[in-house]
Amino acid sequence: MVLKASDLQAGQTHEEVVVHDLSRTQIVQYAGASGDYNPLHTDEVFTTKVAGYPTAFAHGMLTMGLTGTMLTNWVGDGRLTKFGVRFVSQVFPGDTLTAKATVKELREEDGQHLVDLDLETVNQDGKAVVTGSATARVD
Amino acid sequence: MAVEKFPVEAGHIMLFARAVGDQNQIYYDEDYAKGTEPGGTIAPPTFVQASAQFDPDYGLRPKIGQKWFGSGKNPSGSNAPEEPAAEGEGGGRGGGGTGLHAEQHYEYHRHLRPGDVLHAVSKPGRTWEAEGRRAGKLHFSEGITEYYDQNNELVITARSVGVRTERPVTQG
Repeated sequence: MVLKASDLQAGQTHEEVVVHDLSRTQIVQYAGASGDYNPLHTDEVFTTKVAGYPTAFAHGMLTMGLTGTMLTNWVGDGRLTKFGVRFVSQVFPGDTLTAKATVKELREEDGQHLVDLDLETVNQDGKAVVTGSATARVD
Repeated sequence: MAVEKFPVEAGHIMLFARAVGDQNQIYYDEDYAKGTEPGGTIAPPTFVQASAQFDPDYGLRPKIGQKWFGSGKNPSGSNAPEEPAAEGEGGGRGGGGTGLHAEQHYEYHRHLRPGDVLHAVSKPGRTWEAEGRRAGKLHFSEGITEYYDQNNELVITARSVGVRTERPVTQG
């Protein structure tokens, strides 16, 4: 699917539930795929007894990756030119996350239509876990 | 991170896409991918983070023959002082403070494909401090990593911000 500049306007949104009831196993999957084996994410004994957190929590980059899934589903394959986030709250096993993109601006650069997006991913309580922005090529 | 050779492989892309809940066939079905706009398999937008797999010194991966700081017989392997623990910038340690990821930004000059062989050039960026509401004093540091392909062309520019907290982040 490819987005057309003529079909977009500022304020338009797209959102997807990117994970429902996040499992510890998916966090393990992400550790294995990314290579980030920080025990804070998968080792409950270390995280609670040594690091002092109430439970193990997801990699920030897993939440960014989940947010990216929503983005590429919407803007299309290979269309992103920029993607950046801030990790504002931790994500825990059991969380359900919804990622949302909002059209900020449509512009043209060297004859190429671009869309700037604001991003926010929230948990089941509506609390933001990631905020950010992205830019994609559109037709 | 110092990554001298990061071969981008189709199977690795499939595993990474699964981990981030992405069912897009372009990440695992080359026949399908041929019919898409990129004309072949590409990597998901955060895939380059997996370059950690190819950093020989990456501290957040257990290494053969070295004590790992996660739990084993004891809650932390770091409790055994006679053996060195793996070092890592993101490693949580006893004493309460924790290294966490604060921001991540990517600029795509093109998207990665299986068969690409990347190398990375990293340089430190700014550092600053702030007083955190939930975790005491926060020390931020920025790193810029440029990923080049086998033709020495810049493919992705990554900017990462890490934060080291004085004590564990409290919720609320």
